[in-house]
Amino acid sequence: MADNSMMTDQRNIMKFDPKDHEIALSTEDLHVYYGKSEALSEGDLQFERYKITALIGPSGSGKSTYLRSLNRMNDRIANVTGKIMYRGLDINSNDIDVYEMRRHIGMVFQRPNPFAKSIYENIAFALRQRGVNNKQELDEIVEQSLRQAAMWDQVKDDLNKSALALSGGQQQRLCIARAIAIKPDILLLDEPASALDPVSTSQIEDTLLELKQNYTIIIVTHNMQQASRISDYTAFFNLGKVLEYSETGDIFTNPQVDLTNDYISGNFG
Amino acid sequence: MNAKRIDKIATGVLYAVAAFVVIILIALLGYILIQGVPHISWHFLTSPALAFEAGGGIGIQLFNSFYLLFLALLISLPISLGAGIYLNEYAPQNTLTGLIRTTIEILSSLPSVVVGLFGYLFFVVQFKLGFSILSGAFALTVFNLPILTRSIEDALANISDNQREAGYALGLSRWETVTKIVVPAALPSIITGVVLSAGRIFGEAAALIYTAGQSAPALDFGNWNPFDISSPLSPLRPAETLAVHIWKINSEGIMPDAKAVSAGASAVLIIAVLLFNFLARWLGKRLYKHLTAE
Repeated sequence: MADNSMMTDQRNIMKFDPKDHEIALSTEDLHVYYGKSEALSEGDLQFERYKITALIGPSGSGKSTYLRSLNRMNDRIANVTGKIMYRGLDINSNDIDVYEMRRHIGMVFQRPNPFAKSIYENIAFALRQRGVNNKQELDEIVEQSLRQAAMWDQVKDDLNKSALALSGGQQQRLCIARAIAIKPDILLLDEPASALDPVSTSQIEDTLLELKQNYTIIIVTHNMQQASRISDYTAFFNLGKVLEYSETGDIFTNPQVDLTNDYISGNFG
Repeated sequence: MNAKRIDKIATGVLYAVAAFVVIILIALLGYILIQGVPHISWHFLTSPALAFEAGGGIGIQLFNSFYLLFLALLISLPISLGAGIYLNEYAPQNTLTGLIRTTIEILSSLPSVVVGLFGYLFFVVQFKLGFSILSGAFALTVFNLPILTRSIEDALANISDNQREAGYALGLSRWETVTKIVVPAALPSIITGVVLSAGRIFGEAAALIYTAGQSAPALDFGNWNPFDISSPLSPLRPAETLAVHIWKINSEGIMPDAKAVSAGASAVLIIAVLLFNFLARWLGKRLYKHLTAE
């Protein structure tokens, strides 16, 4: 069990570096209701800074609901109670400017959703809406974001082409580039690779591992291998509850809850 | 009978029905065009109508039709756009919204002659606008609003919610998302809807007979001061349109070449409406292509 000992080592190292334990986001007593039915009842997690946390669980387990509540994308369709703490602020409060908050907590969706605009405009558009009008500055951010999303070399000559002409995998990476262009702190990803082929999926995973250096990433995934490949922590959701939350290595090699074991070995879900 | 046979018969019947519709349409268009096109000339399109002699044209009526169309769209487009955006993007799903939708549907099925009489009582008499371009433009607005609102609402509803979510996730407000993402993405179908409604307005007669009036006084095309009553731009002058002119000639025309003028005018009207329809398809396709690919 060489792998296992390495995990233990890593854990020890982390314990000695307080910086690594900085909490970027956490929830307290979070409940989500769709009408009268409760979609999430026990889901209090803390997300460590500059780490990838994977949320796994069967369909309908509440993991996407939880993720979408974190930047209040569920505001209009669900009732979310409890606290979401970000930098000492409860961002689930009514006093929060949600538009401003979402610039700190970005999101990438399951289906690639580029705007019906050029590749360049897809990225520059939101920046311009926030007053970045300097052409040179915009050019720089566009290039930088596309590089970070590992697609600059493929599209640098086609920046004025419509984003809708890109392949699904490229569209999704454009969406990641678009999300990081506004320099959020935290990136939420809702099954970002589930609609993509294996090659695009592994490219997106590489991109996420790169981004981890500067972003706290929370990703919902149905793909066990993906969770174990890229995440540092994993939370297992079932029936609106978090049943287990620990380091990814532990969850996959030594789950404490029988249901987790059943799920990761493919017995249900 | 087996399923295959029934399918064959059904297919045949459907083909026959479709062919019947197409044949009627082609026969109608063909008849109007064959009767009217020989009469169309530059002189016919530009000179004023003559009441008692042969050789009159439809110049003023043609200009009136376009001017009224322009004014009606100028008034109805912003209102419809606002109403469409409200209904699709902002309105909560409750009884009030349902009531508004029902009202719009009822309005859109109102016979145009009723709209015309309403326009007569309301704009011509009550607001003392007289038989004028303005009365006509308002009547056409009433006629056009419900249909245009509906088509804009549909165009917006066809834009996937994931586009809105993409906007919100970037920290854009609802207003920014609607105006900068949703409306531009819906633009091809909005424009198609506007041009199609333009075709309907252009051919409308009943709503205008009692509002824009049935006379086309001579215009001074050298005078572009909108406050002068003889100026083509004057919104307070009576303005018989092409469609009204056709109705007028056929009911009480006494010029010797009434039949020919009527046929020519009908052909021009049909051609214009067809052009609007082709333009709508072409523009919509082109804009869509422009938005989705290089």
